[in-house]
Amino acid sequence: MELTGAQALLESLKKEGVEVIFGLPGGQTLPLYDALYSEKGLRHILVRHEQGAGHAADGYARATGKVGVCLATSGPGATNLVTAIANAHMDSIPMVAITGQVGTSFLGKDSFQEVDITGITLPITKHNYLVKSADQIPNIVKEAFYIASTGRPGPVLIDIPKNLQLTKIDFKYPESINMPAYKPTYHGHPKQIAAAAKLIDKAQKPMIYAGGGVISSDAAKELLELATKISSPVTTTLLGKGAFPETHPLSLGMLGMHGTVYANYAVTECDLLIAVGARFDDRVTGRIEHFAPKAKVIHIDIDPAEIGKNVSVDIPIVGDVKNVLCALNNHIKQKDSHSEWVAQVLAWKEKHPLCYKSNGGLKPQAVIEEIYRVTKGEAIIVTEVGQHQMWSAQYYKYTSPRTFISSGGLGTMGFGLPAAMGAQVGKPDKIVIDIAGDGSVQMNIQELNTMVNNKLPVIIAIMNNQYLGMVRQWQELLHGRRYSHVDLDDNPDFVKIAEAYGAQAFRVEKFEDVEKAMKKAIAKRDGPTVIEFIVEREENVFPFVSPGQAINEMLVD
Amino acid sequence: MKKHTIAVIVENRPGVLSRVSGLFSRRGYNIHSLAVGTTEDENLSRMTIVVEGDDDTLEQITKQLYKLIDVVRVYELSNISAVDRELVLIKVAANESTRSEIQQIVDIFRAKIVDLGENALIVEATGDSTKIDAIENMLKKYGIREMVRTGKVSLARSEETK
Repeated sequence: MELTGAQALLESLKKEGVEVIFGLPGGQTLPLYDALYSEKGLRHILVRHEQGAGHAADGYARATGKVGVCLATSGPGATNLVTAIANAHMDSIPMVAITGQVGTSFLGKDSFQEVDITGITLPITKHNYLVKSADQIPNIVKEAFYIASTGRPGPVLIDIPKNLQLTKIDFKYPESINMPAYKPTYHGHPKQIAAAAKLIDKAQKPMIYAGGGVISSDAAKELLELATKISSPVTTTLLGKGAFPETHPLSLGMLGMHGTVYANYAVTECDLLIAVGARFDDRVTGRIEHFAPKAKVIHIDIDPAEIGKNVSVDIPIVGDVKNVLCALNNHIKQKDSHSEWVAQVLAWKEKHPLCYKSNGGLKPQAVIEEIYRVTKGEAIIVTEVGQHQMWSAQYYKYTSPRTFISSGGLGTMGFGLPAAMGAQVGKPDKIVIDIAGDGSVQMNIQELNTMVNNKLPVIIAIMNNQYLGMVRQWQELLHGRRYSHVDLDDNPDFVKIAEAYGAQAFRVEKFEDVEKAMKKAIAKRDGPTVIEFIVEREENVFPFVSPGQAINEMLVD
Repeated sequence: MKKHTIAVIVENRPGVLSRVSGLFSRRGYNIHSLAVGTTEDENLSRMTIVVEGDDDTLEQITKQLYKLIDVVRVYELSNISAVDRELVLIKVAANESTRSEIQQIVDIFRAKIVDLGENALIVEATGDSTKIDAIENMLKKYGIREMVRTGKVSLARSEETK
C-alpha cells in the first residue's frame, strides 16, 4: 500500500490501537493535519496550548492504562510539550509525543521554528527518535509504543521532518519487534522470591509500602491478597493511591512528608518493610538514615536501577510487580494475625487520626470530605499541585486503581485541568473532578475552552485561598511568616472566567452549599463546571515533616 | 576516588554518544576518559569509559546505562585481567642539541618519532596509562607544544571473555 509519511503515521497509530490524539497544528505538521482532515478512525482533540495536549495525553494514560498520544508542531510547539513530557517521565506514564520538524535540508541551519527537540528531551524521555527517512516511520512507531508501554513505562518522542511526512512509502506495518538491547525483566528470580518469603514468614511487624508500580502493573488484587494473607498494614505513596482500598482496616493511607501519623510511625517501627513498585523518593523517606530504621527491606521493582539507588536493600526482586506478588503469594504461609503489631498500628490510627479544626471559614478539607460523600468515593480525582493536592490525598478515600491522578515526581502546577480533560476523554462515563488551587488552575485554564467545545463534563473544584498556599505554608513555618510573593488577592473572578469560556460556574462560600453545587455539577453531562470554593486563607496541611527531618517527627498542627 | 574502566557496547546509531555522555553529566558521574570506536560487528560501537566513583556509584552507572535503549552490554574491566592501551601524540620542542636526547627517551619507551621539523618533532607512543604518563613526564622539560591522548581502550584477555 503506497502512503505518504503522514498517512503512514496515522495508519501506524491505528495499528497500535490509538483512538484519540491531543494536539495543535502548526507549519511543520501541515501534512499530518492534512491527512487527519479525512481520517475517520482517529479522534483529534484540539487543545489551546501544547502543554495541555501533553498533560491530557498523560491524564488519559493514567485513567485508562493505555498509551496517551499528543501531537505538536516544531519549535515552540515542541518546547511547550517539554513540561508535560518531563512530568510523564518522572511518574512513569506511557506516552508517545509526536512533533513536526523542519525539513531535512533545513535541519541544523537555525531554520524558522527549528529546535533540537530530541536533544532537549534526551533526559526526560525513555527514548526518542528523529526520523531520518520516511520508510522508518512504521518501525519507529511500533518501537515507540512498545518502549512506552513495557518495562517501566515512560514517554517516547518521535520527531518527524516535514518533507518526510510528504514522502511516499510502501506501507507495511511490522508484526514483530526486533530490539535485542531492550529486554525488561518480568519475572522475579525464584531464589529471591523464596528468600523474601522466608523473611516475610519470620517477620513480626511487617509493613507494606506500595507505589505507582502497583497501579501500572495492574497488581491491586495481588497486593490485597498479600496484605490480608500476612496481616500486614499497607501504606501507599501519593502515586500509589488506589492501589489498596483505603476503606480497608489495614490501610494506613499515605506516608511521608504529608503522610498520616500512623503510617509514619508504623514505617519507623516495623521490622520488615516490603516496598512494592515504589522508589524511596525523598518526599516519602524524609531523612533517609531514619527511614524504617529497624526494618529489613524487600524491594520489588521492574527497574533494576531503582534498587539500591536511595536505600540499601536486603532482598531486591527485579520484575513486574504483578508477577512477583503472584509468585510471592504462592510461597508465603498464611498468617492469621500479627495481633500485637496490628493492634498497635490500629491504636495509633485511633489516637492520631487526620484532623483539622472546624472553626472559622469554609475548610478545604471539609469540602473534599463532602465531595467524597456526594460522589460516594467513585469519582476520578485529578489534582493540581499544592495544598489542595495533599488535602485531596488525605481526605478523599481511594478504593480502586486509576481513580487518583496527580503529578507526583515533577510536582507540576497546571497539570490537573488538562489531565482531567484527558481522563474524561478516556473515561466518558465517570465523574472526573479536578481539585485545584487558585494558583495552579490559572496555569492551564485555557483548556476550559477545549472542554466546552468537546462537551466534557469535568468538574473543576477550585480551593481558592487567594494564596500560592503551599509556598505560603512553608514561609509561615520555615521562614518566619515572611510571605514573599505568594499573595493572590488580586485573583480574577473565576466564575466570570468560566462563564466566558462557556462553562457552568458557581461560587460557594458556606459549607451548607457544597452539596448542592456538587450535585448540580454532577448533573451536567454536556460540559464542564467550575466551582470556586472560597476557603479559609491560612489553613495548613498537616501532618508536616520538615525537609531533612525523620518522618516520625511531624508537626501535627 | 577509585577509577573504574567499563566497556559499553552500544547500537551504532546517531545520537548514541550524546545519550551516554548526557547520562554521565546529568547524574553527576565523573568521566575521566572516553574512547569510542567501531567493533567486529558493524552495527555495534564500543565505548571504553574510565569513571571515578565508589562501588555503589559504579553499580548505579551500570544500571542507568542499561536503561538506555541503545545500550547492549556493559561490563567492568578493572576487576578482570584485561589489556589496556592508550595512544598519545606529543609535539615536543627540539633543536639539534636536544634531538638525540629525545631520541634516547623515545627508544627506551619503545615509542616512535613520526614527524620531524626544525624546531619540533612529534612522538607517538602506545601503552598503558602509566607508561604514557611516564613518557609525558620525561618529555616535559624539553617543552611540550601540543599533545593529544586517545583515552584508554581495553579488552578482556582471551581467558576472561565470556
